[in-house]
Amino acid sequence: MNTDIAFLPRERLQDLLTSLQGEGFRCVGPVEKDGAIVFSDISSINELPVGVTDRQSPGHYRLNHTEDKRYFAWANGPQALKPMLFRSRELLWTCEKDETGKLVFKVAEPEIEPKAVIGVRSCDLAALHLQDKHFLQSDYKDPYYLARRQKLFLVAVNCTHPASTCFCASTGDGPRASYGFDLALTELSDGFIVEAHSDPGMEQIQKLALEDADTDQIIEAEELLHNAKAVQTREIPGGNLYEQLFSRLEHPQWDDVASRCLACGNCTAVCPTCFCHNQHDVPDLNGDSSGHYREWDSCFSVEHSYIHGLQVRDDIRSRYRQWLTHKLGSWHLQYGRSGCVGCGRCISWCPVGIDITKEVVAVCEDGIL
Amino acid sequence: MHTYQPHEVRIIERIEESPGLITLRLQFTDEDMRLQYSFEAGQFNMLYLFGVGEIAISIVSDPKDDRILDHTIRSVGRVSNALSSLREGDTLGIRGPYGRGWPMKEAEQKDVVIMTGGLGCAPVVSAINYISNRRERYGHLNIVQGVKHSSDMIWKDRYDQWQTMPMTNVFLSADRGDALWPGHVGRVTELVDKLEFDIERVIVMLCGPEPMIKVAVSSMLDAGVAPGDIWISMERNMQCAAGHCGHCQFGESYVCKDGPVFCYEKVSHLCCIKGF
Repeated sequence: MNTDIAFLPRERLQDLLTSLQGEGFRCVGPVEKDGAIVFSDISSINELPVGVTDRQSPGHYRLNHTEDKRYFAWANGPQALKPMLFRSRELLWTCEKDETGKLVFKVAEPEIEPKAVIGVRSCDLAALHLQDKHFLQSDYKDPYYLARRQKLFLVAVNCTHPASTCFCASTGDGPRASYGFDLALTELSDGFIVEAHSDPGMEQIQKLALEDADTDQIIEAEELLHNAKAVQTREIPGGNLYEQLFSRLEHPQWDDVASRCLACGNCTAVCPTCFCHNQHDVPDLNGDSSGHYREWDSCFSVEHSYIHGLQVRDDIRSRYRQWLTHKLGSWHLQYGRSGCVGCGRCISWCPVGIDITKEVVAVCEDGIL
Repeated sequence: MHTYQPHEVRIIERIEESPGLITLRLQFTDEDMRLQYSFEAGQFNMLYLFGVGEIAISIVSDPKDDRILDHTIRSVGRVSNALSSLREGDTLGIRGPYGRGWPMKEAEQKDVVIMTGGLGCAPVVSAINYISNRRERYGHLNIVQGVKHSSDMIWKDRYDQWQTMPMTNVFLSADRGDALWPGHVGRVTELVDKLEFDIERVIVMLCGPEPMIKVAVSSMLDAGVAPGDIWISMERNMQCAAGHCGHCQFGESYVCKDGPVFCYEKVSHLCCIKGF
């Protein structure tokens, strides 16, 4: 077969997994764990969350179990691809004192096992693209991120079940994956539409000797994706909001949101584009060696803006304002687009249900929508 | 070179500038690193103390003497306190240089005003030294240093020495002076009238606490200096120095790589707004 659109029957999904494993990929996919969909190593498709759906709303995330046979009938879990590439904590280098007292620095080598990720959402691909820009295409390349990034095979699954918190249609980042993947699947009732977007992806389709998708299957997929867009109720104002936000730095809405925000940093932890991290030393008890680590940080933390004797952002108002003006404003100047991909995670995982789509409109309310 | 890996340096000399303020003169222990390393005036290094951590410190020595790197450090935090207790012969790590320094090229053939407040003088020492070592390339040099109290004045002998350079005026100012204080009593910005510069051909370099920068900028603008001719040095939390960790963000700028020295025109929209 040589068409771009193939069909993978449901009972052959394992073949794709087996084929990727056969090529040396460690396979990662969505699994149900602790009441959420998370990415985890999988060896068989039996580990996928069959029949699991999610219900999300501000400050709310719950899974339901249904008789549906679909594997991907949910929107997203708290993780995107971020933790796989930009680890929540990692050793950058160690410093050892040798017998003469000399300081010997050893750079940590990140694990470089090829990884195939199944079930990537288009919002997560957009976020990956943004993290690539931040860690790889700026003045300095991040060697740890790069090592992992080069060994990824990405199987996107187009989102047919957006949550109420999703607004990828308004950011232009979903529900259909359009770039940055090797294979994209659209899950139908009896199998998957398969599209390749890279040579390795095309090789997989050929290796599995898949049949072409027929017209009815293609139409079914189109309808599902059309519907996934149509049911989204949230939206965020499009375009570059830099001027609108930075001209409203004293808007009373910042005080309003600050009165609700706990500055817990959940939004930044689940945000697939947030990149802030700290660096710190962890000396060994023997005194001869010290590890230099980096760990996710949040612009909501007290320490984030600390400079000797003062905090630049000493209240929640200024921290929330920093996060929002950066995400939706200054990202445009730094990386050519908004830092928000419409995944809605910050809404669901906010313990007090602060909704970025509502806050930005409240701040910019004099005339952008 | 690896983005984050430090290299070992040895303290060649430790100078006690004033209580709580030291200059460490550092040299790479590895000859290859000595040869490879070069920097520009106003850039900074990340200094690493074994088992303690890293901090960003500007390089105050001349780029021409790139084999010994001077760093002036005030003991104000966990790492700087620990660095202050080091002695000659001790080793630490450095990585760098990072950031964009002073506009030494743009300032050539122009008058220069260097106005600093408090310890703000440390990052501009490199610029002053740079000009004094290449005096013929620059016009009038005005050095204005302000302190809160006359007893806070450091490097008095350096200012005395700079005063002896040709076409150079040094103005010292203390908000409160004692009986023997030779300089101005009041704000540094009150000295603007005394400065010698051609409004059309001047570069102003400012460094100090942000309230002082704010007042200094407006006094320069009032004097008719163009916003594009004013340069300021910013300070923010820095952990990676490579524009990745996010701590030093100042609106759309990363202070570590787009600064720490900025043209005022580029950052005027956020300058001195609390929270940025």
